[in-house]
Amino acid sequence: MTAPLLQIDGVTIDYNTKKGNLRALRDISFDVNKGEIVGIVGESGCGKSTLISTILQLLPQNAEWKKGAINFKGKNLIACSEKEMRDMRGKDISVIFQDPMQSLNPVITIGRQMVDIQHRSTSPYVEKWQKAIDMLSMVGIADAETRLKQHPFEFSGGMLQRIAIAMALMSRPDLLIADEPTTALDATLEVEIIKRLKDLHKEMGCSILFISHHLGVIAELCQRVVVMYAGSVVEFGSVDEIFFNPKHPYTRRLIECDPGHIKERAKRLPTIPGEIPDLTEALEGCIFQERCSEIIAKCKISTPHFVSVGQNHQAACWLNHNQEPE
Amino acid sequence: MIKYMIRRLALAALILFVAVTAMFLMIRAVPGDPVQIMLGPRATPELQASLTAALGLDQPIWKQLVIFYSKMMQGDLGVDVFSGRSVTQIVMQQLPYTLELIFASIIWSALLGVIFGAYAAANPNTFWDRMIAFVSVSFIAAPAFVIALLSLLVFAVQLRWFPAIGVGEGFWSRLHHVVLPAFAIGLSWVGYIARLVRASMLEVLGEHHIRTARAFGLAERRIIMVYALRIAILPVITVIGVGMGFLLSAAVFAEIVFARPGLGKLVIDSITTRNYPVVMGAVLVSTGLFVLSTAISDIVNAWLDPRSRQSL
Ligand SMILES: Nc1ncnc2c1ncn2[C@@H]1O[C@H](COP(=O)(O)OP(=O)(O)OP(=O)(O)O)[C@@H](O)[C@H]1O
Ligand SMILES: [Mg+2]
Repeated sequence: MTAPLLQIDGVTIDYNTKKGNLRALRDISFDVNKGEIVGIVGESGCGKSTLISTILQLLPQNAEWKKGAINFKGKNLIACSEKEMRDMRGKDISVIFQDPMQSLNPVITIGRQMVDIQHRSTSPYVEKWQKAIDMLSMVGIADAETRLKQHPFEFSGGMLQRIAIAMALMSRPDLLIADEPTTALDATLEVEIIKRLKDLHKEMGCSILFISHHLGVIAELCQRVVVMYAGSVVEFGSVDEIFFNPKHPYTRRLIECDPGHIKERAKRLPTIPGEIPDLTEALEGCIFQERCSEIIAKCKISTPHFVSVGQNHQAACWLNHNQEPE
Repeated sequence: MIKYMIRRLALAALILFVAVTAMFLMIRAVPGDPVQIMLGPRATPELQASLTAALGLDQPIWKQLVIFYSKMMQGDLGVDVFSGRSVTQIVMQQLPYTLELIFASIIWSALLGVIFGAYAAANPNTFWDRMIAFVSVSFIAAPAFVIALLSLLVFAVQLRWFPAIGVGEGFWSRLHHVVLPAFAIGLSWVGYIARLVRASMLEVLGEHHIRTARAFGLAERRIIMVYALRIAILPVITVIGVGMGFLLSAAVFAEIVFARPGLGKLVIDSITTRNYPVVMGAVLVSTGLFVLSTAISDIVNAWLDPRSRQSL
């Protein structure tokens, strides 16, 4: 068996804020194998975007690296120089950032930006421009030629999201990271883009790290799922295991609350009661204890560690420990 | 873009009209007979009456305003009471000297300020960032007249690198003459612009689209000089546009210290001799310059930032 393409091992990140240290990522570990599509799910604010910036080594100034290691293609990204990282960004790793409204430069035309990101190519300007036209047409933007001469504010959110996707797909990366790339799209387009990503995956064989709130999309696209809660991974496993045999109460709540999952017409959409704990406060025990309906005494005392709960399936919950001898 | 330019220039014309009318009315509202002041207490009544008629002061105020504007449209700003020369001619003769001083000051201080500020923002909290901060604040704090006198002493009197007074003739000589006064006027602007660029650059560098540019592996120099600077420079251009007013008044003192001809010198000389038409003409042109420069800075901003073309 070959080594995984991306190995994240015990990554811990704090943000320095006025309120104190915000523990955004806590001991995150998981792998992405070559050619695999891995999904990350979790509520807003659980640290998904922070994880992406960490992989790219593009964290904001106030982020503080606590510990951990990230291996990509056998290289330790933490030890890489800025130049080595820059050589990888946009070539070996491509990203589609969340919030396309703010992810594109507001004063430079789309065309210019799409040409600029081809800076590694030696082909002449006209060819780069033509490639930008082709990519825009590919993601379903009509009249690409004139559209390229416009600025981001002249596009709708969904169009910008498609442009961001087109930009990320311009090179042939080993790893494509997509941070909620379909949230601003309508259902038809979403299906279209997911299909496009699937085709691309088949054609180029790149690995994809796919972040989404939308469990249906994750189930459709991914092979493996990582469930995050408040900066921690709480469960991970194959798609089937996670969706049909969830072993962490949080995962179960997530699936129950997914609108696509609710069959009968309910008066109110179910939600997970409570909210993500304040990440700046130290918390003894399990991170999910305050909202967990299946809480036991041990949860308040110590943090559960991962145990295997099925084939390629692990969860961090004390409930699963009971079944095993300790 | 063209539409924006037309609208912005029309607005400038409107502002100028309001400002000039207000100025005109204010001068008329000042108590005291301008003719008497101009001619002195010992002038004969006939002389006073003829000057009053010549200046149109016997007409009702609205008519005076109409006459004033129709003359202004034809480029006639009245005549110098003493020499009888056309005020337009006098002002236009002095204008280039002031303009070259102001432009020289802006260009060198903006260039240096932007470079300092961008460098400091790209390397925050390093030794050079702190050094630039220290130098900038000192530049801002240094009074221009001290700089002027010191540079005069050092570079003109002792080292004899630059001439102390006058404006020179021909391009190179004029450039040579403008160095010291432009240095004195521009120095505090270097510091001011450097601080401004650093602050706005730091803000822009924290925005998401910069992270995107980095995520595609763009060279850091290109990100800073094109992707970030184009946004960070916007407030600087606005400040320079508005700063034209300060530069015009700074030019007054520089023209006196360095004995240069120019608008500022003209205004001072005319005020001391109570030469009202010339004062009025010079102030009018300065106002026009100010209104024009704010319009130009807005247009440059609109060119750099397509979002702002939407407004107005
Ligand atoms: N620059 C920053 N400074 C301080 N705190 C930050 C910063 N960026 C993010 N955070 C905090 O870190 C936590 C994780 O944020 P992150 O953006 O990674 O969440 P997310 O899972 O991507 O959420 P969403 O689904 O809404 O995009 C949040 O509590 C957020 O408030
Ligand atoms: Mg996010």
